[in-house]
Amino acid sequence: MKQVQQVAVKIWGACQRGYKAMARIDGRTKLGMIGWTLLAGFALVAGAVAQPAEPAIRPPAAAAPLDDGQWTMPAKNYASTRYSELAEITEDNVKTLQVAFTFSTGVNKGQEAAPLVVGDTIYIVTPFPNILYALDLARPGAPMKWKFEPNPEPAAQGVACCDVVNRGAAFSNGRIYFNTLDGHTIAVDAATGKPVWNTHIGNINIGETITMAPLIVKGKVLVGNSGGEMGVRGWIKALDAGDGHVMWTAYSTGPDAEVLIGPDFTPHYDMDKGKDLGVTSWPPDAWKIGGGNVWGWISYDPDLDLIFHGTGNPGPWNPDLRPGDNKWTSGIFARDPDTGNAKWFYQWTPHDLHDYDGINEQVLLDMTWQGKPRKVLVRPERNGYVYLLDRTTGEVLSAVPFGPVNSSKGVDLKTGRLIVNPEKETSTGKVVRNICPTASGLKDWQPSAFSPKTGLLYIPHNNLCMDEEGVEVNYIAGTPYVGMNVRMIAGPGGHRGAFTAWDVAAAKPAWILKENFPVWSGAVVTAGNVVFYGTMEGWFKAVSATTGKLLWQFKTSSGIIGQPITYRGPDGHQYVAILSGVGGWAGAIVSGDLDPRDATAALGFANVMKDLKDVTTPGGTLYVFRLP
Amino acid sequence: MNRCLPLLLFAMLAIAGCQREERDTRPQSALGSGKQPTPVTVLTPGGERPSPSDNKAAAFEANAFHLSQGKRLFNWFNCSGCHANGGGGMGPALMDKKWIYGGAIESIHATIRDGRPNGMPSFRDRVPDDQIWELAAFVRSLSGNVPSSAAPGRDDDMMVHPSENRLPNAATLGKSP
Repeated sequence: MKQVQQVAVKIWGACQRGYKAMARIDGRTKLGMIGWTLLAGFALVAGAVAQPAEPAIRPPAAAAPLDDGQWTMPAKNYASTRYSELAEITEDNVKTLQVAFTFSTGVNKGQEAAPLVVGDTIYIVTPFPNILYALDLARPGAPMKWKFEPNPEPAAQGVACCDVVNRGAAFSNGRIYFNTLDGHTIAVDAATGKPVWNTHIGNINIGETITMAPLIVKGKVLVGNSGGEMGVRGWIKALDAGDGHVMWTAYSTGPDAEVLIGPDFTPHYDMDKGKDLGVTSWPPDAWKIGGGNVWGWISYDPDLDLIFHGTGNPGPWNPDLRPGDNKWTSGIFARDPDTGNAKWFYQWTPHDLHDYDGINEQVLLDMTWQGKPRKVLVRPERNGYVYLLDRTTGEVLSAVPFGPVNSSKGVDLKTGRLIVNPEKETSTGKVVRNICPTASGLKDWQPSAFSPKTGLLYIPHNNLCMDEEGVEVNYIAGTPYVGMNVRMIAGPGGHRGAFTAWDVAAAKPAWILKENFPVWSGAVVTAGNVVFYGTMEGWFKAVSATTGKLLWQFKTSSGIIGQPITYRGPDGHQYVAILSGVGGWAGAIVSGDLDPRDATAALGFANVMKDLKDVTTPGGTLYVFRLP
Repeated sequence: MNRCLPLLLFAMLAIAGCQREERDTRPQSALGSGKQPTPVTVLTPGGERPSPSDNKAAAFEANAFHLSQGKRLFNWFNCSGCHANGGGGMGPALMDKKWIYGGAIESIHATIRDGRPNGMPSFRDRVPDDQIWELAAFVRSLSGNVPSSAAPGRDDDMMVHPSENRLPNAATLGKSP
């Protein structure tokens, strides 16, 4: 049955490609309708009979080396596939998965971090107060080896927009690197838990925090700031992994010299060409408080020697205060990791109207696109489209919505520009109803996973719409700078979340699982053809990578918004780990004990999560599973 | 003359009924702070002390003008950025019955003026003291703790919750104990 389905998927994929090829031929040669139909029919038959081998879609080998059973960075590898070659746990035996051990982090806030496994140690970093734990996997029950408490400034909690989360640490060369909410990057000796260096790079008094997981590339720790809701100017910095000094800083707004735009900068689209667009696409001085924070995911291609990172929403949310394209917010940069110099840029959402941060994960893949081998990156974006970009140039190859979208009408592939739906444009004093997706996007930070075995990208995401009203707002340093009343509601169908397997080659969903609440957890997929993700009720689920069939689930103590990982333990067996503990923007109603009678609580998210308090409570526990 | 008397009496009564609430539109001090620190706990070693009270409390708490000013300032000073329209977000909810640092108007005034350690900033010398009292009074209206005759009515914005003069007391939610 499984094979039949795989074959069916392949045939469908072949047909899709056939149709697309036909469309191209049609466009060029002006074939008549009959010819087109005949050709399409031929393609169908050919696809069904010949069953050409699926052209492999794989991450570049340099960015996704052979799996050693460890998990040293949240995205698993530089290509950000979150794919493990471990295959002891399979579609057939996953139903017997059982708890190996648990560990209480002692912090009942949103647990968004991915655990790390290096050698026989598992490392976890908690939300504020950002405690780093090392647990010994070689001993029964995984007792604590050490813990490191950085004691961040408690006042930092007051300027963290959406719960006091931390998205994980990263390991490199004997050290664990992580960020604290109050703006420190810290290197800790992985063996002893002793701090090696501590660099203060964020200022909470202007509303700056750090929640992202760093990425270590070529001896540099790459870190970006948060604060897009506080009028904080976004940046990414490279810190020397050896001693922590800042090697370069690239801002997301302002003059080219500060954005690190120089002669190497060759964006693909005309809209991104020009001098000092980070100044001229804003009202005077608005770029200084314009957001574009780098609080999400970074990928790295060693062959091209480029890092890729997104930029967050422009501030404030109320677009009346910032006419212009608001460069370089809600876009993606390719940069040279040594100098920070920008190579190209693409703006997902110019002059963002709805808080569509552009910071999601980008999965680096090599594939054949319309008959040509291309180096691409795949990006399920907050504005609702799965983008396929040529990662050498920033050219958009395709952009297809992966759920309900009415705030825009597609992407113009000639100009690269998002086609905004004027009916959903927001403004001061104007209430616009039923905008899809919401400020939290069709998909927020929650990272997807890609399996080269299935060619599918597993996307955890939201299914929400919203009403918005722009309101007046004053900039007061260190306080929110939003200017928008938001009230979220469930999207079409009434389910608030979905888990979509996206066929990258065909640019269409293979299957979709509906979830009652937004799927705010990450995903991981294995060579055993099992995909893991968690729900905000607290279910940790294993589904078939080919069909999406639910194979196993376990109810944890609190809602899950973390990133699952899988590793080979010191005993040689495969384990799966997840942090349980509800929170984040979606779960702030529980972790922050908000009152949903106010529809605008948690920037409008509480309105659609009214019943979350009835099904889960705050928590903070690591769960690790294995076969019996 | 006799016929005019009832009319005159009626007019006097009517005019007396129109007695307007006093509106102190020119605060005494542009900047400045309340007098004494306000404890945030009910524990008082050595026996109970009289609870601190400020003569400004009564003047602001039941005054419709100050409450509606507080509502405007709540947005102007970005209180709404963290506390939304009372439901909370980055900061705690203000319309529920839970008070972390005390629910008396003096305590709320002190919270805004001095800040609190887990994220509440200090607005001392940034916001005029009388405006802090107005904010504190409005904050109490969010949990139904001011007279409904004085609390702000509906506004022209998107409906986010019933207007403050219709919000039930958060402790009882309108039910009798």
